[in-house]
Amino acid sequence: MSGDDAIKNHGAERRLFLRRTIAAGVLLLVLIGLLLARIYYLQVAKHGYYETRSQDNRMRVEVVSPVRGLIYSRHGQLLANNQPAYQLEIVPEQVTDSVEATLDRLNAIVTITAADRSRFQARMRQTPSFRGTPIKLSLTQREVARFEVNREQFPGVDIRAGLTRHYPMGKYAAHVVGYVGGITERDLSDIDRKRYRGASHIGKSGVELSYESALHGNPGSRVIETNASGRALRQLDESPAEAGQSLVLTLDARLQRAAYDALGDKDGAIVALDPEDGGVLALVSKPGYDSDLFVDGISHKNYARLINNPHKPLYNRALQGQYPPGSTIKPVMALGALESGLIDPDKRVWCPGYITLPGSEHHYRDWKRSGHGWINLTQAIERSSDVYFYKLGMKLGIDDIHRYGALFGLGHKTGIDLPRENPGIMPSREWKHGHRSQPWYPGETLITVIGQGYMTATPLQLAVVASQIAERGHAYKPHVLKARRDTQTGATTPVAPEALSPIQLTDQRHWETVINAMKGVINDPRGTAHHYVGMNLKYPIAGKSGSAQVAGLPQNEVAPDLASIPYKLREHALFIAFAPIEDPKIAVAVLVEHGGGGSSVAGPIARDVIDSYLDSLQGEPRGPITAKTRDAPPRVAEDS
Amino acid sequence: MSSTSEQDAPTTLSGWLTYWRIDLPLAVALVCCGLLSLFVLYSASGRSEVIVFDQAIRLGIGLAGMITLAQVPPHWYRLGAPWVYGLSVLLLIGVLVLGDAAMGAKRWLDLGVVRFQPSEITKLVVPLTVAAYFHSRSLPPRLYEVLAAGLIMAIPVALIVQQPDLGTALLIVAGGSFALFFAGLRWRIILLLVAVGAAALPLIWFNLHGYQQQRVMTFLNPASDPLGAGYHITQSKIAIGSGGLFGKGWLNGTQAHLDFLPESDTDFVFAVYAEETGLFGVLGLIAIYGFIVARGLFIALASQDTFQRLAAASLSLTFFFYAFVNMGMVAGLLPVVGVPLPLISFGGTSMVMLLASFGVLMSIHTHRKMLVT
Repeated sequence: MSGDDAIKNHGAERRLFLRRTIAAGVLLLVLIGLLLARIYYLQVAKHGYYETRSQDNRMRVEVVSPVRGLIYSRHGQLLANNQPAYQLEIVPEQVTDSVEATLDRLNAIVTITAADRSRFQARMRQTPSFRGTPIKLSLTQREVARFEVNREQFPGVDIRAGLTRHYPMGKYAAHVVGYVGGITERDLSDIDRKRYRGASHIGKSGVELSYESALHGNPGSRVIETNASGRALRQLDESPAEAGQSLVLTLDARLQRAAYDALGDKDGAIVALDPEDGGVLALVSKPGYDSDLFVDGISHKNYARLINNPHKPLYNRALQGQYPPGSTIKPVMALGALESGLIDPDKRVWCPGYITLPGSEHHYRDWKRSGHGWINLTQAIERSSDVYFYKLGMKLGIDDIHRYGALFGLGHKTGIDLPRENPGIMPSREWKHGHRSQPWYPGETLITVIGQGYMTATPLQLAVVASQIAERGHAYKPHVLKARRDTQTGATTPVAPEALSPIQLTDQRHWETVINAMKGVINDPRGTAHHYVGMNLKYPIAGKSGSAQVAGLPQNEVAPDLASIPYKLREHALFIAFAPIEDPKIAVAVLVEHGGGGSSVAGPIARDVIDSYLDSLQGEPRGPITAKTRDAPPRVAEDS
Repeated sequence: MSSTSEQDAPTTLSGWLTYWRIDLPLAVALVCCGLLSLFVLYSASGRSEVIVFDQAIRLGIGLAGMITLAQVPPHWYRLGAPWVYGLSVLLLIGVLVLGDAAMGAKRWLDLGVVRFQPSEITKLVVPLTVAAYFHSRSLPPRLYEVLAAGLIMAIPVALIVQQPDLGTALLIVAGGSFALFFAGLRWRIILLLVAVGAAALPLIWFNLHGYQQQRVMTFLNPASDPLGAGYHITQSKIAIGSGGLFGKGWLNGTQAHLDFLPESDTDFVFAVYAEETGLFGVLGLIAIYGFIVARGLFIALASQDTFQRLAAASLSLTFFFYAFVNMGMVAGLLPVVGVPLPLISFGGTSMVMLLASFGVLMSIHTHRKMLVT
């Protein structure tokens, strides 16, 4: 122990310090007691309260799905829009009893089918338990109201207001506009998953599929605080979603509807192009289907009905259907023969009812048993002489037939901006060797030149052929997208049409020769379509009929006993046309499945479509179109 | 403590500890705190290994600094404190003139190699300087000596309030006041100061920054601003309360992990800890803190001169004050001031400076025998 000194009283200071330390110790204990009392109050006395508040406390990061771009017709009519819809969601983590039990109880309020249930379970397995999984996609107003009343019984179940896709044109434009559907595993493998966070739908067909990327937009996110039952209390943060682009199609909604109706009760396809830019004015495949059915997941019953329908409504005949083009191909073959210099268009050729090939007894028949007599090229096209073209084909040979066919795009996809297009077949020696492992036989040349045999083409390809002829070789690639519209700014960016590689003929007069003959098909009293198409013309129309043999029957342009032939064996009726001849505004290809005669059945339909469009261009009243030259029962036209 | 000759190389653990002048009870408690911090931060940061690694590095630096400071004889601190005090005041002026503004407040000084807050040094230096001032004086202090001690505190506090950093200023006032208190400041003066302080509250209030006023208002009525400042307190109370007796378990707290709790790894880390470990965890933490403070006061009682007594006691009490203010704030007992939970919160300067103060305590304790002749 150190001793005291004069100034400091060490003993006294030590005792003072001890007292102060004791005082500090007391203060310390008091403060610790105060603190513990507070902690006890929070953790024990009010534990229940804070436990509840903690469970009520849920911050949810929700993906803000972008609004899908709209699809408009060329005149601004909505082809695909977004309608408000309410979907029922379950956040498994927030469900107090089991999800199964919740579903059972929910069933009393909102009908939940076994299909809904299995779909929900499949989705739930792929979703983190704190995220909502939709159980029912489109609730009726009544169901929404019933759920809201009973909401308190269903923690973890919530209604989410959203938008659902709706297709105002329905079956009329189903094959062009397409539809969206639920995202499947397969879709997920080829999309940017980040862009599809929280997305439920994706384009499945038509424009919805081919322009999926533009229509979809980019998702945003929002941080929200919710209570235990999942109801959003407040939003804490948000980064907005970027809406998808809206698309303006080249489609003329009124013409699309008119074309659909013009097919009447028959199955078939119509493609109408604007030859000046390749824009698709109408693209019909009949029967159509209600594309709205697919949006929220089509039921098995409805899907089976569509799939098992013998008329195959889901099949897009306009660009997937591959039909023998029949005589509609004759103008192309005539142009090829003229260009190759092998024929003189004015030279008359003897056309009996059939020809035979040297060394063969087989009769290659003309559709007209009695034959056409002495005819030149123009008359051969007007009257659709098969024998004239057999002879032309023998001169041309399969290699040139293939070359000229390919020049007009046959055998190749047109490259239209719609999915699942088929290329058709423009046969050649190589093709036959590759696909049939057989050499080319001369008889096959004869049937190819009249568009039969192996040769097939889609109605779209035939429409492109028509517009190639209409534009004298300077046509455009067919497309349905006219412009893109930014949803935020409203700025519209037109899409530039893409020219096809031009078909250059050494003599431009060949075009006029063939076009003149096609005009004769309709105008000349002996033209095959004159009686059916050529009455009271307001515009000069050029066209060519075709009848595609389905079974091994002798091909007949006019089948007087059509009704006696079983439906599936009846020939397809085809017609290609464009008008006005000197300044073509529309090029059309019509296919009527098992329709019979091209001129009598497909021709009037083509005329209807052309009239409807050209009348509207002239600003005539857009009344319902009526059968003009055709002896058909009056149809009830639907309002456009 | 066994007395060991300085020349002999240590062969036993106690010999080794004595050689390095480490106080085992204090060291064990501090290391426990540091390790606990790593676990708590791992959870509070949302399993960030970077944060844990950073904190481990700082713990290491802090422990190394503590051991280094323990080697320095206590009278060096007494003699050096006024000089370091002077230097820290210059640094504080430097911060105000050319400081680095972070989060709208100028607290940092960038020395090229390290960026640090000079105010953290003053937390340690002010009580030491006050203790040194009273060392050779007769106690209890007379009025002018109290005023002189007050001035020692007031200069850095005035500078720090300008930054502004209310929490640190409060801690410095507390540190200096504790030294004054242990020096034997008369109770009537204490009462008088409390009365004056209460009377001066309105004056202080009007000199507070808007956000500081807001914090006080929020403390008084958290519901008034549930999305802004009151949100922190409301959420931290929910975190603590929902922990219950045993807590939700390590890594199982929802408040911090769902980002309800802001600053969950710094000033509000106690809420995460209380949520995950419950009342028993809190009791355990308070027990460790209590043990550290008790050990500090014991060292003060066992020390042999006025400076050592006052320094050891005021540093120990300041440590407790830190812990109390932080826990009280997080529990909604005190208004929100920026005080970290000692040795647990993520933050380098705080950790290193706290361990440094324990280095001084160890120095006082382990040099004790040598001063006895």
